[in-house]
Formats: sequence, C-alpha cells, structure tokens
Amino acid sequence: MIKRRIISRIDIKNEYVIKGIQLEGLRKVGMPNDMALKYYNEGIDEIIFMDAVASYYDRNSLSKIIDIATNNIFVPITVGGGIRNINDINTLLKIGADKVAINTAAVKNPLFIKKASKIFGSQCIVSSIEAKKIDKEKWYVYFDNGREATNIDVIDWAKEVQKMGAGEILITSIDHEGTKKGFDYELNKSVSESVSIPVISSGGASSSGDILKLFNSTEVEAVALASILHFNLSSINSIKRSLLANKVNIRI
Amino acid sequence: MSADIVIIDYGIGNIKSICSALSHFNINISISNDEDEILSAKGIILPGVGAFKSGMKNLLELNLDLTLKKYFETNKPILGICLGMQLLFESSEEFGFCEGLGLIEGKVQKLKNEKKLPHIAWSEIKKTNSDNTILDGINNNSDFYFVHSFVSYPKNTSEMIASSNYYNQEFCSVVKKGNIYGCQFHPEKSGSKGLKLLENFIRLTNKPSHR
Repeated sequence: MIKRRIISRIDIKNEYVIKGIQLEGLRKVGMPNDMALKYYNEGIDEIIFMDAVASYYDRNSLSKIIDIATNNIFVPITVGGGIRNINDINTLLKIGADKVAINTAAVKNPLFIKKASKIFGSQCIVSSIEAKKIDKEKWYVYFDNGREATNIDVIDWAKEVQKMGAGEILITSIDHEGTKKGFDYELNKSVSESVSIPVISSGGASSSGDILKLFNSTEVEAVALASILHFNLSSINSIKRSLLANKVNIRI
Repeated sequence: MSADIVIIDYGIGNIKSICSALSHFNINISISNDEDEILSAKGIILPGVGAFKSGMKNLLELNLDLTLKKYFETNKPILGICLGMQLLFESSEEFGFCEGLGLIEGKVQKLKNEKKLPHIAWSEIKKTNSDNTILDGINNNSDFYFVHSFVSYPKNTSEMIASSNYYNQEFCSVVKKGNIYGCQFHPEKSGSKGLKLLENFIRLTNKPSHR
C-alpha cells in the first residue's frame, strides 16, 4: 500500500476560515494564511483551500490567499469553490495552486471535467463530490456547498468523473461533515472501490481513531481534516504518530 | 546582468512555486525562453506538468530543443522536474510514440499499475549510489511528493541515482548524467527535503564547470 495522505481542509468565507456543521451554520475560526502556515510547519502532507460560498455568490475570492500561501508553503495545494471555466483554472495554477477541485460546474456540465483535464492534465483536476445519504448504501450528489440536491447516484457519478478524466476524487459526506461523529465508512468504501483514481475523504473526523478506522476499512488514499485540527482536538503530529503506531503507512 | 538560474518558460508547469522555493536562497531568477538569456545562465530548470507530447510540441515551437542542446554542450547544470525530467530522455510512449530531447539515453513508459493511477503520493526515494551532488544531505528513504502516470528508465542504469516504488514497480526517481539532473517528484512541493535538493542544485551552479 502506498503512503496515505493527511490533508488539511481550510474552508473560507470572505477572508476568514470558517467551519460549519453539515455545511451549515458557518462560524469564523481564524485566518487562512496563518492556519495554512501553521499546518505546513507541523508536517501536513497537503492543503485544500475551499471557498465555501463562491459558487453561491458567483465569485472567487481565493486568489489573494493562494498567492500568499504559495510564497512559503511547499506542499501541494488544491483550490476549490466557484471554479467555472478554463480561465479560472489557469489563474489559480499561475499563482501556485497544483490542483483545482470542481463540483458545481461539473454537475451542471460534466464535459467541463473532460475539457479541463485535457488541457491541464488529469493530475490537476479533482472532482469534488458532496454526498448525502438517501437510503441504505445509497447517496445522492449535492452541489453549491450542500445547498442544491440532484438525483444523481454518487457511485455512478464517481465512475463518470473518472471517465471524464478527473485525476482524484474528494468525497464529502454532508451528513457527517462537521459533526465529529466519525466518517461515513460505507460511503468511502463504496466510492474508493468503484474507481481507479485516488480518493480523498472529508467529513466527520474527531479523533485519530476515526482516521485509523477509515484507513483500515476503506481503500481511500487520503483524508481531509478540518474541525479536528481547527479546534485542536488533536494535532498533526499526534495523529501521524498514532497512525504509524497502528501500522498505517504515512509520511513522517 | 545574467540570471543565476533561468526557469525555462514554455507555457507548461507550475512555475510560481519553483520561483517561490528558489527565492528563499537569495539568487537571481529569471523565467525565460530567450536563447541568449538561457545560455548565459549558471544553471537552468526545466519544469513541467501534463502530457509529454504537448510539452515537446511547445519546446519545438519555441526552438528550445536546440537551445537546450546548446546549453547541454556548455556542461552547466540542468535540472528537469517531473515532465521536465521525462523530456530529457529519448522518447515516450504517452499518447503514442513521441521523441524527446534525447540528452539522456532511455525511454519514458507508463506505470503498469492498473488499480490506481495517477501515482499521487508522498513516496520514499532509495539512493542507488553514493552520489553527493544533488542528494547531498538528504537521507535515504526520504519522502517526496509525486504526481505522475509515466516514468523514465535510463538505458545506462548507473545514471539512476535514486529509485522509487509504486505498487512494487521500481522506477527512476532521480537521474544524473554528468551535469544533467532530473527528478520525477516535485521538490518545490516536497517540504524541507525538496528545498534541500534545490539548494544543492544552486550550489552546483556556483561551481566552475569542468569539461
């Protein structure tokens, strides 16, 4: 097994880091550049910046934050939220982003993923999928940061975006997001076993035990952490040490 | 004044992060595709992400293939990163056969793993000889950040100075032929160890070259 990745997910509204529960009730928890630099110095493997309201208000306020972050952070950086066209991607890659995460624009037009991956390469196109549980082992795709529902089956969609050329999938469980009640393990297991591209899991972690359970029970390659780090429930160092002690292959 | 290091601008690759990383070392950097500017540099970096064919097409359109070959003749240091490393080789099988710069003998091939591709991960490098140039001060088994589906195999295996593994498939992660270096991973995205590699490269550019 390759090394699993520990990623920090920084959701942003205007110039602040925010955190909600089930993508709702957002509250400010800090400044994005300060928090990103702190996580980098503590040994994070990767950082995802997500503009929480960009697709809703039709704008993207992340550029300045990314430009500053890439001056002194030397791990991969993914940017998501409000990416609508090829020009948006170009702008973000030029200021040092390595990958872009696309949800809403892809749901509205799946060919966007195809076009983007053809131009920039699959390795920089992350398909961000927001999943809500409908029934036992059945999830539907949501978009606009959990505000809008579709009747698209998450597993079918995961296969579809892979076919379109996405290089990675970021799967967020809306039901578990921000709840600190652990991951939706069935969702992560189903998605990671249905595709042959790496999967990043997001939503629900409250302890290294949850992350250990995720890595032991599913094939996901990476985990994106927010609350657990933002609210100091655990540190990157202690999460990594605990995983290592339990024989999970990670980078130290 | 000529730049210490020129980053080759051929419309491909994440140049901002490489610039940010190099700017930590107090040197003059320039991003250019101008032949005179490139030839006067103490060292050059060939960055790159994306497909081999489109990378090579861009180099040819800007006549950079010839410039890079001329630069190679001067024996000053060259560092290829990711696709930039692959382009140094003779050919690739990505989207059909495509000829490369041919500065290093060998081929670029697709990783055989069918289960998960691209290889996106931090992976260890295993030093395969006692090179004390670009890997100086970097421990064996250090982790670097990889994102790729294709890998290169130097024909002369002694030119592979570090190897890595993806689902039990070994490939060349650092190549060295004379003063040409290439790394499959992204040093500008590999934290302090990546910065160390770039620092080593800068040190090499300050050494007088011996022919």
